[in-house]
Amino acid sequence: MSEELDQGRRQLLVAATSLTGAVGVVLTATPFLASWKPSARAKALGAPIEIDLGKLEPGAMLKVEWRGKPVWVVRRTPEMLKQLDQATPFLLDPGSDGSVQPDYAKNTARARNPEYFVVLGVCTHLGCSPLPKFAAADVTVSADWPGGFYCPCHGSKFDLAGRVFKGVPAPANLAVPPYTFLSDSRILVGADSAQSA
Amino acid sequence: MGTESQGTTRAGGLWGWVTERFPLDSMLKEHLTEYWTPKNFNLWYAFGVLAGIVLVIQIVTGIFLTMNYKPSAAEAFASVEYIMRDVEWGWLIRYLHSTGASAFFVVVYLHMFRGLMYGSYRAPRELVWLVGMVIFLCLMAEAFMGYLLPWGNMSYWGAQVIVSLFGTFPIIGGALVEWIRGDYFISDITLNRFFALHVAALPLVLAGLAAAHILALHHVGSLNPDGIEIHDELDERGRPKDGVAFHPYFTVKDTFVLSVFLIIFCAIVFFAPTAGGMFLEAPNFEPANPMQTPPHIAPVWYFTPFYAMLRAVPSFLGTQVWGVLVMFAAIAVLFFLPWLDRSPVKSVRYKGPITKFALATFAVTMVVLGLCGMKPPVGIYPSLAKIFTVVYFAFFLLMPWYSRLDRTKPVPRRVTFHAH
Repeated sequence: MSEELDQGRRQLLVAATSLTGAVGVVLTATPFLASWKPSARAKALGAPIEIDLGKLEPGAMLKVEWRGKPVWVVRRTPEMLKQLDQATPFLLDPGSDGSVQPDYAKNTARARNPEYFVVLGVCTHLGCSPLPKFAAADVTVSADWPGGFYCPCHGSKFDLAGRVFKGVPAPANLAVPPYTFLSDSRILVGADSAQSA
Repeated sequence: MGTESQGTTRAGGLWGWVTERFPLDSMLKEHLTEYWTPKNFNLWYAFGVLAGIVLVIQIVTGIFLTMNYKPSAAEAFASVEYIMRDVEWGWLIRYLHSTGASAFFVVVYLHMFRGLMYGSYRAPRELVWLVGMVIFLCLMAEAFMGYLLPWGNMSYWGAQVIVSLFGTFPIIGGALVEWIRGDYFISDITLNRFFALHVAALPLVLAGLAAAHILALHHVGSLNPDGIEIHDELDERGRPKDGVAFHPYFTVKDTFVLSVFLIIFCAIVFFAPTAGGMFLEAPNFEPANPMQTPPHIAPVWYFTPFYAMLRAVPSFLGTQVWGVLVMFAAIAVLFFLPWLDRSPVKSVRYKGPITKFALATFAVTMVVLGLCGMKPPVGIYPSLAKIFTVVYFAFFLLMPWYSRLDRTKPVPRRVTFHAH
């Protein structure tokens, strides 16, 4: 055996061993990190849900839980729909260009059918649940309040189509989830069509 | 052994048997009986020891809480009530733990302010400061995850708000939040993993970091209110002239301070465990309800200065990531402190009027921001939060200039000390 050290061979072995070890660490870490993703059961429980609107009266709101979030369905009266136009000049994103909604809800009423407003009741600021304040000039919000939703956490305000007002912390309109009408009074939340569910 | 050990006196008995096999003797000397501590330490220097003791309180009470707590969304809230009502002394163990959380931040904030005043972070103690900052980060994560465990409504919505912060990052935000929660919302799954991190992972990391913090400190030696290196003035035995042994001198002093601390601590535990909603918030006495936000979400007091900075920044360019970045930057800037301070002297005692004014302003800033973070964002508070967020950053980012320009006093060679 030679007395001289083969430094080149030693360096190569150190580099090759380190590299193999590093690859091993990354591969071993993968299942642990991936175990934090939603599990099969969590995904199954997050499947689309059906909501029956048959008993929802005009001007009333229905709250349903989907994926732990409140889904609101508001049956808007013609007067409430008129309030939408009055609010428009004070809105941050009246056209919903910077907001989350399916294409079929990217309109003034932000709905497939203007009468039924389906929206996630989660403030786009930090995820609180805004409060329904449908009456105009509700003094608990402000004297010039046109009617809509008010977030008690950080004061964000939304109109009756979930569109955010200017000058509040929330950066976007309330998100509209994918949904579809199964019949005149039944909707499916979580899917764009009955087939894709 | 034989020949080597004949020159030294060997202790007999159990002590001798152990020290031949384990460096207990040299460890005790290095860290206690021959750790030379500046004799001019004042009260400010007790908070590090207190933080260590609070860590022990939290670990012991925490272990006993896990014996009755159930980390599931269905049972968590009821199991905490069970601890409070049915477990023998359960209320005491829980209140010690909940009060301990706030006490931890009280002593850690005072400990950090001590470092800020006397320049404890200056060379060669940068690593002491950096390890300490990592401890602070871990402590915040530990407190945040612990706060979810009672599964009260404030637990739930507080976690909702904080986890959502990660959702503001472009592109990866949504997936990142889903990964943290392990679900599409804060659920049983989230609670279960926060429990694992709170009771196992983070305490282990905290204990290890605390050891590293002390080892780094004992390697470079403690600074003191004069900001003088006592190891520059040694006696004929090579010991600092201004140093005294940590044990018994400071163990006795710290024991006295601990007694006073425990009197206050126990008074809160026994007579005001909620501290008027500061330590335990009223909405948390209701179970978590994903469909119902509390009327006003505020974090526990120790997070409020940073929360105020988060809220102070408005959203623009269609995202509110800026507030999140400002909040993270507020903590990140602390890491750079050793390199921001360019003053020729370490301690505030020998620094000039600008630094003294800046330091006082900083203390006021933290209190005002803390207050702003507790209050709903109406009236004067949003404006105050904006102003003082700027002041907070100005204190750090202008430091390289004002610390160098400021007039300083000559530093004496020996510490200022009056025998009692």
